[in-house]
Amino acid sequence: MTSQDRPPAESEPAQRSRHAARAAQSRGAIPWPLGIPALLAALFLLAPLAGLLVRAPWLGLPRILADSQVLDALRLSLLCASAATALSLVFGVPLAWVLARWQVRGISVLRALVTLPLVLPPVVGGVVLLLAFGRQGILGRLLDEWTGITLPFTTAGVVIAETFIAMPFLIITVEGAFRAADRGFEEAAATLGASRLTVFRTVTLPLVGPSLLAGAVLSWARALGEFGATITFAGNFPGRTQTMPLAVYVALENDPEAAVALSLVLLVVSIAVLASLRDRWLTTGTAG
Amino acid sequence: MTVNAGEALVMSGTVERGSFRLEADLRAIPGEVLGVLGPNGAGKTTLLRALSGLDALTSGTIRLGDLTLDDVATDTFVPAQRRPVGMVFQNYRLFPHMDVRDNVAYAPRVQGAGRRQARAAADTWLERLDLTALATRRPHQISGGQAQQVALARALAANPRFLLLDEPLSALDAKTRLDVRAHLHSHLDQFTGPVLIITHDPLEAMIMADRLLVIENGRVVQEGSPAQVASQPATQYVARLVGLNLYTGTLEVATRRVFLDAGGTFTVTLSEDDPTAAAPDGQSTRPVLVGLRPSAITIHTALPTHGSPRNVWKGTVTGLEQLTDRVRVQVDAAPPALVDISAAAVDDLSLRPGTAVWLSAKATETEAYPDPGNHRKP
Repeated sequence: MTSQDRPPAESEPAQRSRHAARAAQSRGAIPWPLGIPALLAALFLLAPLAGLLVRAPWLGLPRILADSQVLDALRLSLLCASAATALSLVFGVPLAWVLARWQVRGISVLRALVTLPLVLPPVVGGVVLLLAFGRQGILGRLLDEWTGITLPFTTAGVVIAETFIAMPFLIITVEGAFRAADRGFEEAAATLGASRLTVFRTVTLPLVGPSLLAGAVLSWARALGEFGATITFAGNFPGRTQTMPLAVYVALENDPEAAVALSLVLLVVSIAVLASLRDRWLTTGTAG
Repeated sequence: MTVNAGEALVMSGTVERGSFRLEADLRAIPGEVLGVLGPNGAGKTTLLRALSGLDALTSGTIRLGDLTLDDVATDTFVPAQRRPVGMVFQNYRLFPHMDVRDNVAYAPRVQGAGRRQARAAADTWLERLDLTALATRRPHQISGGQAQQVALARALAANPRFLLLDEPLSALDAKTRLDVRAHLHSHLDQFTGPVLIITHDPLEAMIMADRLLVIENGRVVQEGSPAQVASQPATQYVARLVGLNLYTGTLEVATRRVFLDAGGTFTVTLSEDDPTAAAPDGQSTRPVLVGLRPSAITIHTALPTHGSPRNVWKGTVTGLEQLTDRVRVQVDAAPPALVDISAAAVDDLSLRPGTAVWLSAKATETEAYPDPGNHRKP
């Protein structure tokens, strides 16, 4: 610093704050090879959303949303996504625990396989579901023979398809939390006389609570937006298997305004999900 | 204190974890506080985990009175959840999602008491340890010293028949440590079962423990009363902890001279009950340890001339460390030594690194005792 050699032309605090500002500015400077692509990327991601807001038929919105078919789709979507999330919690949390805690050879292969639906094209997910649970599928035939229940092209089928796609999101989130959770608390509980199941219920689960919530919200959002597996496995029957994304797709052909309105509804839901997850998922980028 | 010989905690066995191996024989009698002292990585925590049932022995047995807790030969293993153990962990491990009362009520609750009953039991313990005011606080809202007390209350609420404490005071600052140590001491006095305290702080061990077990490199290297361990350390580690210069050497019985492994010769005093004095098997020389207090050594800048039988040797100052009430001078010599003198003396002698000095120690202050041979790494 050369400030000591300079005549005291300005008050020292002012000089110091100006200097600090300059330092901050130079630290914050963005080199253009990074800045320009960054700007383009941001525009690319945000412009379509802005377009949706601009093109939204705001005046017609109440009429479109009050349409019984839209309401049916919305109700069905919320119902099926919630059911899929519940199934994911009931079965996915124990699986996440086993994956995190069971130290046997091959457990990492199992982990990779059960999270496959994360990267599998959803349509393929629908196809494999048909092969397994379809009327002629290996499990579907048994189910049909023994109970008379068939899953494809039913509301239950929608739930199955959404669970298949959404549960892995819950599993990886919660498994990471189980893995990261301090085992010390569980050991303390054991020395106090708690059985393993009691430890799980009273210590482990509460400790991973925030991740559990994040995983549930994430899988619910994923289930709500599910399209490919649902339309393949459950079809597109209004009132029975036509969820919001399917309704948007259909509406795009015969009533574009309705498609835009429905998209707006899904956008609002997505923003709500993001807001609820901002601490757990977005800032760290990990399942914490 | 009720003495009940049937409830001694006795372990004789080994624990292997990866390449680390702990071998321990110990016996803690009811009402006794057994201090387990050792450097980091010595196997103290491994020992505690085996005793608590969090880990199993690789060989041997652990018994509490007539109750077998672990016996590899008969494939008996009582896991932590069914052992009558009370454990206070190093960082306390209070459940962060429960308040203090529910933490203390945890053991009664999981052992079958109703919520109301468990909370009543917790309140009794909180009252006994003077923690009632904290009942509704969460662990992050209380101080380290308070957390230590709550952890003890939580362990005691399980009605354990033996207590294990892992570095109970190490997470506390120096001032809190004094208070908590006093509390802990009085509560442990009231506990009727065996108590094991792990620590790497010799002062803590000396004050809290009735008996000490020193562990190094996975083996018990010394066992005895705090006074014994402090005055006749068996290894360099303990000597350093209690602030003694410790030398290995060979005693020539007839002349009471010790030829030190680090160089030099000392004329020594032999402890009264020292079997080396008699040289029972007729040998004229024996391996011994020589302990010398840093305050028993005098520093001179010229060769001292006066009287009484002394060990005198020459060296160079390599370092000066300010302790609370004195200065510890490191002297490189044969043998090397730590010497404690007053700050005024440092000035008088104008000591600084590099100063050539003479050291002297009276033979009466230079005590030799048998070398158990534990300082040599296996």
